[in-house]
Amino acid sequence: MKALLYVLCLSLLSWANPLWAQSAEKSVVVGSKNFGESFLLAEIAAQVLEAQGFVVTRQLGLGGTLICYEALKNGEIDLYPEYTGTLSQAVLNLPGNPGREELNRALRADGLELLDEYGFNNTYAVVVSDALAKNLGLERIGDLHNTSLTFAFSHEFLQREDGWPGLAQRYGLTSEVTGIEHGLAYQAIADGAIDVTDAYSTDGELQRYQLRILEDDLGYFPEYRAATLVKTSASAQLKEALAGLGNMLNESQVQALNAEVVLQGRSFAAVARDFVRANAAALGLANGAQPHASSSWLQQNWVVELWGHFLRHLQLTGSALAGSIAIGLGLSVLVYRRQRLADGLVYLCGLLQTVPSLALLALMIPLFGIGFVPAIIALFLYSLLPIVRNAITALSHTDSNLVKVSQALGLSPWEQLRYLRLPLAMPAIFAGIRTSAVISIGTATLAAFIGAGGLGEPIVVGLSLNDTDMILRGAIPAAMLAIVVELAFGGLERRISPPK
Amino acid sequence: MSEVSEPSDSAVSFRRVGKSFGEVAVFRDLTLQLPMHQTTAIVGASGSGKTTLLQMINGMVRPDAGAVDVMGQPVPVENLEAFRRGIGYAVQGAGLFPHLTAEQNVTLVAKLEGWSEAEVGTRFLQLLSAVGLAVDVAGRLPRQLSGGQQQRLGICRALMLKPSVLLLDEPFSAVDPITRLGLYESFEQVQQAVPVTSVLVTHDLREAKRLADFLVILDQGQVVQSGKPAEVLAHPATPYAQRLIESQLS
Repeated sequence: MKALLYVLCLSLLSWANPLWAQSAEKSVVVGSKNFGESFLLAEIAAQVLEAQGFVVTRQLGLGGTLICYEALKNGEIDLYPEYTGTLSQAVLNLPGNPGREELNRALRADGLELLDEYGFNNTYAVVVSDALAKNLGLERIGDLHNTSLTFAFSHEFLQREDGWPGLAQRYGLTSEVTGIEHGLAYQAIADGAIDVTDAYSTDGELQRYQLRILEDDLGYFPEYRAATLVKTSASAQLKEALAGLGNMLNESQVQALNAEVVLQGRSFAAVARDFVRANAAALGLANGAQPHASSSWLQQNWVVELWGHFLRHLQLTGSALAGSIAIGLGLSVLVYRRQRLADGLVYLCGLLQTVPSLALLALMIPLFGIGFVPAIIALFLYSLLPIVRNAITALSHTDSNLVKVSQALGLSPWEQLRYLRLPLAMPAIFAGIRTSAVISIGTATLAAFIGAGGLGEPIVVGLSLNDTDMILRGAIPAAMLAIVVELAFGGLERRISPPK
Repeated sequence: MSEVSEPSDSAVSFRRVGKSFGEVAVFRDLTLQLPMHQTTAIVGASGSGKTTLLQMINGMVRPDAGAVDVMGQPVPVENLEAFRRGIGYAVQGAGLFPHLTAEQNVTLVAKLEGWSEAEVGTRFLQLLSAVGLAVDVAGRLPRQLSGGQQQRLGICRALMLKPSVLLLDEPFSAVDPITRLGLYESFEQVQQAVPVTSVLVTHDLREAKRLADFLVILDQGQVVQSGKPAEVLAHPATPYAQRLIESQLS
């Protein structure tokens, strides 16, 4: 019992960090998707707003279009950079290459509005390495016919209407394809593990990995012109503050900014700051209005940053675990004596566990939005099974002879539970909690995809930059945390084990 | 149907009791009275219904027909916990809770009953000395005790609340013969100090002969013979009783 209290206290302590300290006036939440350019554009927007006195909360690296779009619709974020082609193809199902006006007519139904375009088109591109292109004489997408090349595309590209299915149909391509995380595709193509992948035409990596964009000679890909997506109800003040972003960048400028992050390893914040400073007048910033350096100080000091991620990770897993201990044990105690109900509960928890963790996180958005709370709820649901299964099994399998004795002594069902079944079930319950703790520490790294932070954040950013160091900066502490927790629980378990 | 009135000196009485488990009838029309402040031994082979009979006394098993009275009152349907706290229960192997110390095992229910610490402590020490245990066993866990010590503690636990009836389900059978003799002596001392109506289930006629004031021989749910041990043993009334006595005592 004491051990359970420790866990509860730990999770409560971790809450003591001031998280939501921010003023309501002129406060704005900026989101982004989990790839480099989206981070960068969001960071530029954030700094432009900060330079005009807004207090900006960053929810960067959200796991994909759907998550960002839903988050904006639900008011969890106030804006994020989006692309016209993505909206028409993946969200609104509009044919052709509709312009901003047409998109805005369709977006009105969702209460959203696309502001002025930034000025560049970042379309999907099919790329191969320069060397391969020269060897095989590949210039156009159509040249991929009847080649024995290995195709691997990002998961989103494989799924989207305007992605692989349509592309294959238009060009009559019949090759086998596999899915690959976008951030890993470049390394894979450099290593020769794959030959053909999708890319964004403004990616900084195109230069770094010496990749060639195959010409879309049939004009298949729609235009992907970037712009800020906001709620129609956003204040005029906010829209005005963002007006300077219109036509701020052309393709080569974006490629150069992206390359600064990818090739020179500079932080998004620093690249954005230099850009905003150099273009202050064009961005509509008054003389002397400079982006704050406060946020970038944190981002540059990675030890401080890591500590923050670590604490957040503890909060996420600690709160989820505390919840699943309280509710999982509570439910188990209520149902263990009714076989069918108990079986049903274990089955239900098992069912939850079969939902892929990222999908479970995505399912939370329409219900609870993005960020901390939905991540905790998803983690909580995920960690129920080991606790509930172990608790129910152990509580319902107490030595029948001892149960008889306890009845004969005149112990009520509650007293039997309190003085006999629970103490004897403790080791099994503890083993379940231990399993849950380790699972949720691992799963919590995915919570960064819905803006909940934690050690998953460096992993998400690292993946989008193909920056192994940064990935490890999240992955190693998460793994170590899992090991430490595993060992600590093991020690506690031995201390509370009743003798056989 | 007119009820037969109870003789005032019977502590437990079974009136026309029937009990089946599924298709198998264990008792049909069992009528039996057990004397107050004495030790009754129920003897019979495995499957004769001894333990079922015992468990009908504290309501762990409910008769399908007829009634069981304890101290002149029918076994209640509601509030069984309070009723059971008035009836001691000791089993083969002692059945001590493995995570509690000797003292915690014996005193658990008294504490739940709200006894003061002083009362609990006094009663515990009194019982320890009655069954011949040293005080230093108090803090030990069951696995740190011998089988005989555990069995003595099991009896202490059964007697802790000063029950009016003590049920003993073969508590002496799982220990070696020398330890068993020691247990008999302790039990006799306890019974001499404050006689409690005891019901001892056993398959051992020697044990029954030594400890019991009243002997019941049970065969397939039927009371074959009952009476003072000396009389029953000297004059077996049926071939089964005859065979049982010969197999164990001659």
